This record gives sequence, structure tokens and C-alpha cells, in this order.
Amino acid sequence: MWNKRRDEEPPKPFSPPVTPSVSPTAASAPAPVTHSVEVKKEITPVSSTPVSRFEPANTGNSIGKSVKVVGQIYSKEDLYVDGTVEGTLEASEHKLTIGPHGTMQASIKAREVLVLGTIQGNVEAFERLEIRKDAKLMGDIRTARIVIEDGAYFKGSIDIIKPEPVKASAKPAASAAAPATPAPTPVAAPVAENRR
Amino acid sequence: MWFSGSRNGKGGSGDDGSGRIPVPSRTIAAQNGAVTRSSRGLEEFFGHIHGLSGLTLLDLGGATQQNVSFITDLGHRLYSENFLQILKETSGAEGMADQSNPGLIDYFLRQALDYPEGHFDGVLIWDVLEYLAPPLLAAVVERLHKVVRPGSYMLAFFHADDKLEAVPHYAFRIQDVKNLQLLQQGTRRPMQLFNNRSLERLFTRSDSVKFFLTKDRLREVVVRA
Repeated sequence: MWNKRRDEEPPKPFSPPVTPSVSPTAASAPAPVTHSVEVKKEITPVSSTPVSRFEPANTGNSIGKSVKVVGQIYSKEDLYVDGTVEGTLEASEHKLTIGPHGTMQASIKAREVLVLGTIQGNVEAFERLEIRKDAKLMGDIRTARIVIEDGAYFKGSIDIIKPEPVKASAKPAASAAAPATPAPTPVAAPVAENRR
Repeated sequence: MWFSGSRNGKGGSGDDGSGRIPVPSRTIAAQNGAVTRSSRGLEEFFGHIHGLSGLTLLDLGGATQQNVSFITDLGHRLYSENFLQILKETSGAEGMADQSNPGLIDYFLRQALDYPEGHFDGVLIWDVLEYLAPPLLAAVVERLHKVVRPGSYMLAFFHADDKLEAVPHYAFRIQDVKNLQLLQQGTRRPMQLFNNRSLERLFTRSDSVKFFLTKDRLREVVVRA
């Protein structure tokens, strides 16, 4: 919805100011990628050097400011994007940082999203979304917690979702399930006998 | 349609002759130059949706942490539009472009108010309507009536002084249901000034229009669509 509006030209003779917007996002999304952080279709040009002003604090992957990615990105670790991404980006259990030069025309899902650059697309941040000063976000937001600095530009809707404790505890329970699972059965039996 | 021109008994702090908007006596100055004051209009607006949750509200003043937190904490969904930013991008910093141009009006409405009919349960308009020329203003008000559900409320502010050439432009931040923080963003020339009569005409499609005149010479208007 957001991309469509931005791309529409006003009727003549009025000529609105030209904004540095790019082409629509989802329309050009190609097939998914299965690796941890991978890229499809176009990559022009590739730079392995990480970012300048806002270095990611952790050891996650990064997409440099001279890199353009068109396609779908799945990340299994924290990701820093200072380049251009068109398509979709998913890092459901990790933090995504959009650097000051970063331009996303993508729908985004991540555990935590920090925006210093520009996002045009819907964002789902399961835990937290932060939009810093001078950052721009045009799209619908679903998050548990949002922080908007003065000077940030936001256009869209905000849905506050409640964190899902069940989902978080499901995995540890499953991994440590072996000793815990059999317990209920013997416990249940004596209770039933007592009732008799 | 019923009309209430309640002036609230609070107005009339008077002009100090400097041409500046006098600061009301019951305001609290913040460190960043912002002042906090009570707002009967805000109280009235939230009074109508008190106890409800899951509503869809539109804020035309741009996203601020306070407003986002306050509205989402009440359990509502918030849409944010930076109306004046879009106006600036559309027609220049002072709105110098011809705001009667049908192309501009159409483009502006698609940028700022492109929502389905009956989408919102309330709109926080703040003071943005003052900066629209009559043709664009009429189109915006008509669109606002379309995008809100019948019976919904809108809150708008208008400067009450008829002689001002430039008025302080504020960011309005909700402190609680009764109090607003006003952070001046500079001054801006209104495209037109309003009195109760002209506001009544502007919102002639509405069920009701209710006025509150504040000490800082703002006319707070609560409109029932």
C-alpha cells in the first residue's frame, strides 16, 4: 500500500517535488533463499567492508553501503544493513539494524529492529522497534515495544502486540524435554488412585 | 446538528502588544522550551472513547513517542501522518504552491489521507488545518469526514486571534487525558484565520461542533462526524 502511493504520479499540470524513492518492493521479489544470510538475483557491486558510522556492536553479518540486494534474506544471526535491500528480510530471532545509509524497500520480520536509515515496507519486530532521529519508516508496524526519537519520520500504523511467552519457552522445554516429559505420567496415576 | 460555542470561561488573557502569543499562567515550562497545559478539548475527545479499546485513531501531527505510547497503552491502533511535512513536500515550505490546483489537491489527498471510508474511530488533527488554503482545506475536511466512522470525534486547534500574521507552530504531545505538552517548532503563517462562525461553516457536515477557548488563545474544537 505504501509503495504504491509513493510511486503514483500526480495528475498534470501539477508536478510534485521529486523524492528519491525507488521502485516497488514486493513486486520484484524472487524465490527464497535457504542459507543463513544469502542473496538472490542482483548484487551490484559487492563490498565486504563493514559500515562506517554505526558499526554493529556484535559479530553479526553486515551488508555494506555499496551493496544492493534484490530478493529474500533469511538471517540466523544479527544483521546490519547499510546498503539497499529490495524484497523481504527475516531474522525472526535476531536483531536487525538499518544503518544511516541503509535503504530497505522490503517487508521485515525480526526480533528487534533499530532504524537509522530508511524503510519503506511493513515491519514486524517481535520484541522492540526503535526509530532514531533522521530515520524514516513508511509502513505498518507490529511490535511489542516502540521507541521513536524526535526528528524521526514515520508514516503508517502501529499495532502493539503482546510478547508471546509460550513461543519463547517452547524451545527450551523441547530441548530439555527428555527428563521432564515422563514426570507427569507417574504423578497422574497416584492422583487417580487416591480418588478411588 | 447541535452547536455549542462554549468559551469555557477561561479565555481572555489578552495580547501583550508584542504580537507574540502570551504564555498562559497555568502552564509549566519544560527544559526544552516546551510548556504543559491542560486541554479541555483533549479531555473531551478522550472522554468520548473512555473505556473503549481496539479503536483505530489517526494522528496528523506526526509520530511522537508520547502520543504513540499514550494511545497504544490505551489499547488502540494508531496511524500516524506528518501532515505538514507532506504539505511542505507538496506545495513548498510556506505552502506557496497554488493550493487550488485540482492536481495538487488530488495528489495531496492521496499522500496524506488515502484511507478507506469509515476507517478511523477518531482523528487528532491538531493545528494543521490552519495552514491550508480554502480549496485544499475544504477537500481535506470532506475527506476526513469520509475516512472516519459516523459518530466519531475529531480534535482540531485554531488560533483565535484575528490579527496574527504568523503563529507559533507546535508539536502537541499528550501527557495524559487532560494535559498537553506544546513544543514550539517555529512560526508559520496561517492561510486563513477562523472564528466560531467560520468553523461552524467549515464543519457543516458534522453532527456537532464544540469549542473551547484556551488561555493561549487557541480555539480547541471537538467535532462529531
